[in-house]
Amino acid sequence: MKIKKIILIIYFSFFMSLNADENYRDVSEIYKNLRCLICQGQSIADSNSDFAVTIKLVVQDLISEKKTNDEIYSFLISKYGEWIVYQPSFSKNNFLLWTLPYAVLVLGGFIIFFIVRKNKHNRVN
Amino acid sequence: MRVSILKIIIFSFVFFSLFVLWQGLKKNNNYDTKSLVGARISNFQFTEINNVNKSISEKDLKNNKFTLINFFASWCLPCRTEHKYLINLSKKKIKIIGINFKDKKKNANNFLKELGNPYNFVGKDSDGKASVLFGVYGIPESILVDNNLNIIKKIIGPIDQNQYNEILNLIK
Repeated sequence: MKIKKIILIIYFSFFMSLNADENYRDVSEIYKNLRCLICQGQSIADSNSDFAVTIKLVVQDLISEKKTNDEIYSFLISKYGEWIVYQPSFSKNNFLLWTLPYAVLVLGGFIIFFIVRKNKHNRVN
Repeated sequence: MRVSILKIIIFSFVFFSLFVLWQGLKKNNNYDTKSLVGARISNFQFTEINNVNKSISEKDLKNNKFTLINFFASWCLPCRTEHKYLINLSKKKIKIIGINFKDKKKNANNFLKELGNPYNFVGKDSDGKASVLFGVYGIPESILVDNNLNIIKKIIGPIDQNQYNEILNLIK
């Protein structure tokens, strides 16, 4: 009986700490992806400016309303534009921003392939 | 032949990178929320600064042809410079709502006593959270709204003579 109780206590305390940790991580992750609009190169997480403090309060309210991260970002984007998030969404305006690194990676691979092949060919000749 | 293809690829890439850089340099990087012009304002509710039983919401704005929502605070110096324009606007066909932003009630009342009260309603936003609904990120900010609750103009910073004239033109 005692063992059962101990197991239950351990289980619940572990579950609670896991949950608390998850919530904490979630909030700080959101703050880090939000730009402080009145600071120079700082995120909401890094700044203690009036604006950052207000946005933190709003984010906390939205979290307590059980809003998802995407819903929180969408709400803030609707008020401040896409500039407020560090990670922009995929749209026709920033299509290149998302696809160019992959295109360059593939192109770089081709260039390396051609150079290696050319060098091999020269060595054989 | 292969080498020339490689050269074309590299040249195209360099040209494209320079083009993107040039386009980026041409772009205006000054952030503002003027993109909100044309959008509909969110539902809101502000309580009166001196009477918690009185409040204003978006529904009340539908009765006015034009409403100017002005965010101000007693600690904000540029708010003092724009105040004379608000006083002048209060004599025109426009309702002005003042939202006292992160301020103390006593200081706000002294501010209005000293400079005059151009507002038809003075609401309070003690923690600044409600102002986020209007995309406010610093004060003073003013938002001109029509009776369909659409944003016609957003002024970031103090109202000056040019903006005052623009508002007058818009509400004609």
